[in-house]
Amino acid sequence: MTSNNLLKQSSPNVVFEWLQGQFKFIVPPVLALGSLLFIWQLLCGGETPPLPPPTKVVTEAWKFIVDPFFDNGGTDKGLGRHIFESLKRVGIGYSGSVVIGISLGILIGTNVLMYRAFDPIFQVLRTVPPLAWLPISSAVFESFKESEVLRMLGTDAVELSAVFVIFITSVWPVLMNTAVGVQQVPQDYRNVAKVLRLSRFEYFTKILVPSAAPYIFTGLRIAIGLSWLAIVAAEMLKGGVGIGFFIWDSYNSGKYSEMIVALFYVGIVGLLLDKVVFYISKFLVQTDS
Amino acid sequence: MQIVASNTTNSSAQDLSDKRNENPFLVIDNVSKVYPTRQGSFTVLENINLTVYEGEFVCVIGHSGCGKSTLLNMVAGFNKPTTGEIRLQNKLITKPGPDRMVVFQNYSLLPWLTAFDNVMLAVKNVYPQNSKAQNREIVKEHLEMVGLTAGANKKPNQLSGGMRQRVSIARALAIRPQVLILDEPFGALDILTREELQEELLKIWQEHQVTVLMITHDIDEAVLLSDRIVMMTNGPKATIGEILEVPFPRPRDRALIAEDPRYYGLRNQALDFLFNRFALSDDAY
Repeated sequence: MTSNNLLKQSSPNVVFEWLQGQFKFIVPPVLALGSLLFIWQLLCGGETPPLPPPTKVVTEAWKFIVDPFFDNGGTDKGLGRHIFESLKRVGIGYSGSVVIGISLGILIGTNVLMYRAFDPIFQVLRTVPPLAWLPISSAVFESFKESEVLRMLGTDAVELSAVFVIFITSVWPVLMNTAVGVQQVPQDYRNVAKVLRLSRFEYFTKILVPSAAPYIFTGLRIAIGLSWLAIVAAEMLKGGVGIGFFIWDSYNSGKYSEMIVALFYVGIVGLLLDKVVFYISKFLVQTDS
Repeated sequence: MQIVASNTTNSSAQDLSDKRNENPFLVIDNVSKVYPTRQGSFTVLENINLTVYEGEFVCVIGHSGCGKSTLLNMVAGFNKPTTGEIRLQNKLITKPGPDRMVVFQNYSLLPWLTAFDNVMLAVKNVYPQNSKAQNREIVKEHLEMVGLTAGANKKPNQLSGGMRQRVSIARALAIRPQVLILDEPFGALDILTREELQEELLKIWQEHQVTVLMITHDIDEAVLLSDRIVMMTNGPKATIGEILEVPFPRPRDRALIAEDPRYYGLRNQALDFLFNRFALSDDAY
């Protein structure tokens, strides 16, 4: 009986204490967000502000906030649908980065000559911003505009150049981190492999890749952020559906409220992508200590 | 003393034949190791001659930096001697191999594999002809031997230092090496765990009759475990200064040995060697 009473008394307490514990994590960001919105409201509260204040954004773009998945045909779609299209592009470009980045990274990481040869080139290329890749990418893929192969693959030159911009922006951190990770395999593990005379395949799967995994995942995490950063640049010339194009298009047609709402969407999706890769790596990577 | 040059093996080995196999098992023959540096060549080891017999337990003792590890690395095959050669059963050692398995000071277990899989990786490579079930049996048996049945499915970072070193020893013994090389295996462990593992190692060595070459800093450990204690002079140009015979009968008991009057004689001899005759001078640092 006493224990029953105790339970009954403690259960609301537990919930309350939990809430109290969470308080210090919820209150500060809410306050910060509130003040930022307030400052924005003050700054853009005049007669003809450069940007609409938060209240106006909400009323003007209400349709986009409450219904992310409406579809009126053409490019008149909810932001969720635009995001989905963009995610497909990022997915393809990022997958390319993962596959090519890890393979090339292992290649130059295990071969000193290759590393010396290519590292300086990669160091330069990785600093080129996505917007700078766009013209080159467009020029190259434009020459394939009439290609039958592209038509058979169900894609076109502009689409490919968009995906390429995402790929080329995000491949470098994967490549460089993999190369470093492969070079950093501890001597102890190499010695174990030598004593046991592990086959190349076994060395690769049991020692090299797991040992480099923390580095590779760091690269993957930087890369997912970069590939999402590149989406606006990639879709600028693309037209059609996609969050990057939507932002560009809203700006061109003066719909600033829609543009701002889309910006929030981009930020939140970027955060989620980062978290997904983070938790995958946390689940997969086993480090020493 | 027992420094046996290879060309005089037979005559010198004679007086040891009462307790040892007469045939030299592992022969370190006039070995030196020289590293080239910018200031010219640096001689780490010089004139190393040592013959180890099958089933023998030999400890190597000496100050830090005297090249003990360099010597063992050459036996393991990680390094090659600059001059001279090392032979195991008359075969020249040129590269590492599972016949000379090493137990490293820092365990060198793969952190992404469980204790079981760490041992399995070794067993699978050395006995590729065995069935999976046979190999699983070997792994289980050796983990049991070091008292690690319960922790078999744990990753190394879930195990204590003593447990990790047990896994490492199990991994080494599971592949039946001809020589077991231990590089300060218990150096990083607390005194209680160390004593426990010393006794387990003694028991295992007795059962397996494996030849052991072990580096240690601990004179008592060397006296308890080994048949002979190889004492190295200081580097550079370190060599074998003296070899102590440890006469205690086996199986040994830590308490009984400590009461034996010869124990202090041996201990003092070793201490005298390390701290008077070959003490580290300050300018060595």
